[in-house]
Amino acid sequence: MKVMAQMSMVMNLDKCIGCHTCSVTCKQAWTNRSGVEYVWFNNVETRPGIGYPRGYEDQEKWQGGWVRNKRGRLSLKAGGRLSKFARIFSNPKLPEIHDYYEPWTYEYDMLLNAPAGEHTPVAKPKSLLDGRDMKIEWSANWDDNLGGSGETMHDDPILKHMSEHVASEFEQTFMFYLPRICEHCLNPSCVASCPSGAMYKRVEDGIVLVDQDACRGWRMCVTGCPYKKVYFNHKTGKAEKCTLCYPRLEVGLPTVCSETCVGRLRYLGLVLYDADQVATAAAVKDEKDLLDAQRSVFLDPHDPAVVEAARAEGIPEDWIEAAQASPIWRLINDYKVALPLHPEYRTMPMVWYIPPLSPVVDVVASSGNDGEDAPTLFAAIDKLRIPIEYLAGLFTAGDVAPVEGVLRRLAAMRSYMRGINLDEGRDEEIANAVDMTGTEIEEMYRLLAIAKYEDRY
Amino acid sequence: MSHAPSTSSQPANDGPLADSLLRMGRFLRRGEVSEDMRSLFLEGGRQGDIFYRDRWSHDKVVRSTHGVNCTGSCSWKVYVKDGIITWETQQTDYPSVGPDSPEYEPRGCPRGAAFSWYTYSPTRVRYPYIRGTLLAMYREAKERLGDPVLAWAELTADPEASARYRRARGKGGLVRATWDEAAEIVAAAHVHTIKRYGPDRVAGFSPIPAMSMVSHGVGARFMNLIGGTMQSFYDWYADLPVASPQVFGDQTDVPESADWWNASYLMMWGSNVPVTRTPDAHFMTEARYRGQKVITVSPDYADNTKFADEWLAPHPGTDGALAMAMGHVILKEFLVDRRTPRFASYLKQFADAPYLIALEERGDAWVPGKFLTAADLGGFGAKVANASFKTVVLNQQSEPVVPNGSLGHRFGPDDEGLWNLDLGDVDPLLSISDGAVWRGASVAVDLPRFDVAPEPGAEHEGGAGSVRRGVPVATVEGTTVTTVFDLLLAQYGVGREGLPGEWPTGYDDASSPGTPAWQEEITSVPAEKAERIGREFADNAERSGGRSMILMGAGTNHWFHSDTIYRTFLALTTMTGCQGVNGGGWAHYVGQEKVRPLTGYNQYSSAADWVRPARNMIGTAFWYLATDQWRYDGLPADQLASPLAKGLFAGRTTADCLVESTKRGWMPSYPTFDRNPLDLVDEARAAGAEPAQYVIDSLNDGTLHYSVEDPDAPENFPRVLNVWRANILGSSGKGNEYFLKHLLGTDAAVRAPEAEGDRRPRDIRWRDDAPIGKLDLLVTTDFRMTSTTLFSDIVFPAATWYEKYDLSSTDMHPFVHSFNPAIKPPWQTKTDFDIFHTIAARMSEMAVEHLGVRHDLVAVPLMHDTPDAMATPHGTVRDDAPLVPGVTMPKLVVVERDYPALAARLGSLGPLTTKLGMVTKGVTFDPTPEVEQLKASNGVVTSGPNIGAVRLDTDARACELILALSGTTNGRLAVQGFRQLEQRTGQELASLAVDHEGSRITFPDVQSRPVSVITSPEWSGSEHGGRRYSAFTVNVEHKKPWHTLTGRMHFFLDHDWMAELGENLPVYRPPLDLHRLYGDARVGSTEPTGAPGSEGHAEVAVRYLTPHSKWSIHSEYQDNLFMLSLSRGGPTIWMSPQDAAKIGVRDNEWIESYNRNGVVVARAIVSHRMPEGTVFMYHAKDRTVDVPRTETSGLRGGIHNSLTRVLLKPSHLIGGYAQLSFAFNYLGPTGNQRDEVTVIRRRSQEVTY
Repeated sequence: MKVMAQMSMVMNLDKCIGCHTCSVTCKQAWTNRSGVEYVWFNNVETRPGIGYPRGYEDQEKWQGGWVRNKRGRLSLKAGGRLSKFARIFSNPKLPEIHDYYEPWTYEYDMLLNAPAGEHTPVAKPKSLLDGRDMKIEWSANWDDNLGGSGETMHDDPILKHMSEHVASEFEQTFMFYLPRICEHCLNPSCVASCPSGAMYKRVEDGIVLVDQDACRGWRMCVTGCPYKKVYFNHKTGKAEKCTLCYPRLEVGLPTVCSETCVGRLRYLGLVLYDADQVATAAAVKDEKDLLDAQRSVFLDPHDPAVVEAARAEGIPEDWIEAAQASPIWRLINDYKVALPLHPEYRTMPMVWYIPPLSPVVDVVASSGNDGEDAPTLFAAIDKLRIPIEYLAGLFTAGDVAPVEGVLRRLAAMRSYMRGINLDEGRDEEIANAVDMTGTEIEEMYRLLAIAKYEDRY
Repeated sequence: MSHAPSTSSQPANDGPLADSLLRMGRFLRRGEVSEDMRSLFLEGGRQGDIFYRDRWSHDKVVRSTHGVNCTGSCSWKVYVKDGIITWETQQTDYPSVGPDSPEYEPRGCPRGAAFSWYTYSPTRVRYPYIRGTLLAMYREAKERLGDPVLAWAELTADPEASARYRRARGKGGLVRATWDEAAEIVAAAHVHTIKRYGPDRVAGFSPIPAMSMVSHGVGARFMNLIGGTMQSFYDWYADLPVASPQVFGDQTDVPESADWWNASYLMMWGSNVPVTRTPDAHFMTEARYRGQKVITVSPDYADNTKFADEWLAPHPGTDGALAMAMGHVILKEFLVDRRTPRFASYLKQFADAPYLIALEERGDAWVPGKFLTAADLGGFGAKVANASFKTVVLNQQSEPVVPNGSLGHRFGPDDEGLWNLDLGDVDPLLSISDGAVWRGASVAVDLPRFDVAPEPGAEHEGGAGSVRRGVPVATVEGTTVTTVFDLLLAQYGVGREGLPGEWPTGYDDASSPGTPAWQEEITSVPAEKAERIGREFADNAERSGGRSMILMGAGTNHWFHSDTIYRTFLALTTMTGCQGVNGGGWAHYVGQEKVRPLTGYNQYSSAADWVRPARNMIGTAFWYLATDQWRYDGLPADQLASPLAKGLFAGRTTADCLVESTKRGWMPSYPTFDRNPLDLVDEARAAGAEPAQYVIDSLNDGTLHYSVEDPDAPENFPRVLNVWRANILGSSGKGNEYFLKHLLGTDAAVRAPEAEGDRRPRDIRWRDDAPIGKLDLLVTTDFRMTSTTLFSDIVFPAATWYEKYDLSSTDMHPFVHSFNPAIKPPWQTKTDFDIFHTIAARMSEMAVEHLGVRHDLVAVPLMHDTPDAMATPHGTVRDDAPLVPGVTMPKLVVVERDYPALAARLGSLGPLTTKLGMVTKGVTFDPTPEVEQLKASNGVVTSGPNIGAVRLDTDARACELILALSGTTNGRLAVQGFRQLEQRTGQELASLAVDHEGSRITFPDVQSRPVSVITSPEWSGSEHGGRRYSAFTVNVEHKKPWHTLTGRMHFFLDHDWMAELGENLPVYRPPLDLHRLYGDARVGSTEPTGAPGSEGHAEVAVRYLTPHSKWSIHSEYQDNLFMLSLSRGGPTIWMSPQDAAKIGVRDNEWIESYNRNGVVVARAIVSHRMPEGTVFMYHAKDRTVDVPRTETSGLRGGIHNSLTRVLLKPSHLIGGYAQLSFAFNYLGPTGNQRDEVTVIRRRSQEVTY
């Protein structure tokens, strides 16, 4: 056992209001400068939708992440290091600027400086790349709130792979938001892709970084990252990415995106894991086993043996305590409501998500049942407005069972707490139906609903 | 840290060769490659990290906030490095909500997070600017005449010269000027206008004081000192829910967002919380985990639908029908089939439900008449003070009783201690049929309905009819009466055994108004859903003690008939006993800004320390007349009337109703008379007459007229418009193109013809040549370029919100916090505070010669919360009454204007504050000790005319004054106000604040952290003991009456005009049929319009809605590069795939949208979340960014309000009667814009700018 500590995040998508405050505060703090105008370390995408850069999840196209080869070992999907070295000067698997978006500005100064003329002055759009006039055709968030759904939705890689047909019709509309940062993976394919050894994982907290002095701008990391969360600064010619705000973490402040999250949906914390088990876990045969495999890599911070091993690794005492107090551990392990994003990329991502609970479709409620009533809800959970299969495509390599388990727990929490709210008592049976006790549900409720600052970070 | 080698794992890489390559590579790097060769770990000495560590470094962090017109009031950290603002993140240090609730941190939104972009952006106004055409002419005249005022007079008197600079408005050519010269011209224009036309020809516009009280207040103070007019904004924005004064007698009072957490049933009805209440939305998402059920009612799949357990999608504007059906179910199941004890007792004590209404015979049936009052009882009872305002119930023995707490108990000395909701041993009959002595007497009443489809071929006759239903009756002093509750059951179609009339056969009876099946035909919401959700709402209210809540918003509040929609909502929360309960009741969230330190703010902004009263104008009427929209309107008032109306509106337009309202003193009207009000006083005195009598005589003999009777006469034009903190031409200006044409005199895309024949107002003089360019000067203060600055003659460069001191509060949270300068105002920018002091100083100099000390006759409307509200017994409008100021016409008050002392008065506290006290909502506060303390803390004036007065010469000192003089921030004043109310009500109230009697919140307090306010009689709820604020808890728990006729919440309104409109009771009124009223295209029509450029293109007519945007707050931020990068980068219109297909347009293609009011060009966003037949152009798309020229007009495309126009609703013009009396931003006609229809087509994809 080789105990290491990983700084991790859980985002509760059920609370995300899609406001993009996280994107803006991150942008302002980190990438509001030339060369990275198009870069959003943190972005929020509407799902169903095609994301930023567009269609990034289509690994048949972009070749990000790892694949398990016949020998049961992992290789970079874009090809091993040999083939990488062979085409180091012409890497074809890169999103172009138009896959992100062509950054632009406007002739704002004309509003003040336009000479007397015939028409009201206006600021027309200008490309930030070459200064020419442009029609704006794409942005960092083009399909926000299902905008242009008829043009783009069918390109959502998850929808493409679903067996169930999702109609883009008014009555069946559903959407939710997916905020994304770098996953700071346990098995980062970007790091493995870097020919210069410029990318690394920090020993003490697992943050994945680009050494700006060492980066040679080969951009193999951009290809290697299946989440497309490594970007190329076209001014400095170096790769840049989310740093998990380490200058803040180091002084005890949460990341900018976490602290400014108006939906209060982000949790930050340390997780202890066994570094020795990562490679094996990431290489399990069946993609659907990756969730359990990754969970098995995590170490119980309350286990005396783990604590002992951590001390032996030189992990400081306050870090061990932080791991014990971590909301991440509780959400992933105790309550089992958080799931990884695209485990099938086999990078062992460390930003996990609580999937959104949507209402049961009208057919259930109109049958005379109260959709909020726990037994009705459990019976109907496969009839949610957001198809479970869609969520499974994001979080469980297509396995609907774990997603259903999470949604049942969230639903049970609502039903159970309603009894308390209305002074109608605690119905332990609701808790038991999702393999929890009422006390556990109330603890989970405090963490998810009341979610004080000190409990989130 | 060291890492022990591991032996257990196997390399997981692709092969030995690659591994060996990497193994070589790792020797080139510091750090450690993982044993399995997957990864590279590094520690220490990471020079490559320095870049990010450097970036995250700053010299200081300053607390400030955003003065934008939104309700967020979020506290922010502004980061400064090397004297440059770098970025902002949210503060997280709000006082705790308590251990069992989520907290307010980290309030904010992406708009606010993007604010610092403005500081150094190329749209920042850095210097004063003047349009070159004007400047050259002014310089020439000044050079010749040697006097700025004379120069301005000559320039504006010359028709050719003034037309030239007016025509140049909005066409570029702004040139840099010096502060000296710009301030001189502005001061001269003000002085000349006051002298030549009168101070009420100077208008000020700046909305929403709560979001920067001093910046707003200093300009308002300036206006009120010179006698200018301040335009209202809450009603003008159509954010004022007129139903609130109608039902509650209160402008708006709502729960803070943390109180959503206490609701166990939440309906978001036309309120898209994640977008419009971004910082608060989490309380809703989190409350779901506590078992709260959430319903969204929205015509589109709005952002908040994601969180809803159920989504109801009624057709736009039909929400009233849905609410009526829910009310039908609740009344039937919870009050008739079974009488829920809590609901019944609540209705008896807190609503007008048990009060008696006299019925009047009409034809072969009856109609509801007036509230029965003590005056109708005869005998001794009729002789008591204010008997006509003391309303009556029946007790269990069916004897008439006058309970405490009605308007008649509020003011007179005889009734001291009786203005309360204590029913004593009176148990009122809710229904006449509840009476032990009732023997089945009943009558049929006719009630209006507006949901009838017009007969084919008679569309212009409209769709109104009536329904006949029965009520049980009693006879009191010879009058046939029933209760409001009985009428309510009739109105909602809830039948009872033995009553006459037509009743629904069941919920599935679509033929009878009120049922779930009836609403389905109107709204498309399945009847089953309306029924079930109505039932759940009430069931939850019963089980939770009233914790069912409706969040209602602009989606239902911006309609012409929104007051009726809202009354159907408020009926739901009242009949289930949810108002005044934490977690329950209405929660109106549209532009409802709460200045928590209200009393101090009012003293400062209204200059009530120097002169009273202020000239506060109803904005909608002002702009309607000033922009000549009235010439195109011609809306026949009787087209809006009930089929049961008496004909009061016959042959009249709604504009005529405005004239009547003005003359009766119901609503304010400025400019008031066709003469300079300074000259009027001089003339009166020269004639040896008392000025008020002189005015009455002159009105009677026809030598004096109201300006409203001839708004196009040059002497009645507004001449100077001073705009700050606002963008009226890019945002709120309904009828934008009419502004450009008639107010400014420049190019405009107005397409409507003027009204003709009998569509012209009867009581307004029609001049054949419409004025083009009424305004002599438009001056705007801003930090960025907007439509308003583009069209302004002079632009002052403002400091931003990160560059000044100010105060912020909201009703979304209970805290007061501060603005502080992170940097000094850069370039030549100044704070609003300094700008108004600069103008005032120049004006004072010029005034010595040109104005001196004058006397000004101010016409004041009949005011709410004063005895004026008893001017109209029974709300009966009489035509035979003589002119009596304050009763049948406005009050006429003469005030002194010391113009040379203007600057000195602006910067110091006048004597009236302590001499007359400070009045808020009928409570008078005496701040004598506070003023003494302020002399010490702020210092006193040491020279000049106001020696010894408290200094108000800096923004920080003004902040200190506001906090010192308000009950919410000064416990002594709160307690003093409550003690006074205790005397009036006879109820205990002071305990709400007494433990804070010694607490004073000072400016340094709110600079260090947001501070919770103190419970005060300025508001209707309580924060006492750390509880969450909810409106009307003081009324319910301390028996303090609402400020209404009965002192209770009103289902019934008995003013003549309400009956005339058929709106005595909550009723469903559909969106205006613009096809019927103006011949506009019908929704769905694809008939060719023949508009320029439309030939050969498919067109479709659609409903045009302008909901609030995700990427801006009004027009603020819509030009911000971050917001543009996260959206579509310019003006867009959302539409359904079906409508897009009809005109052959694809996503992101250019389209034009046009109707009689103007033209908009935008790109289409096609999405299946939109319903067919409705498009959205999100609110306040200004014309500044990426707006090409249109094919339809050849001009620059318009703003979202280029397609709208002002339409007046007569019921909003009522005054002088109980809760239907004027107060500023409390009551007035709304600038509604939701009923609009537009035609859309795909245009050429080649655009030119």
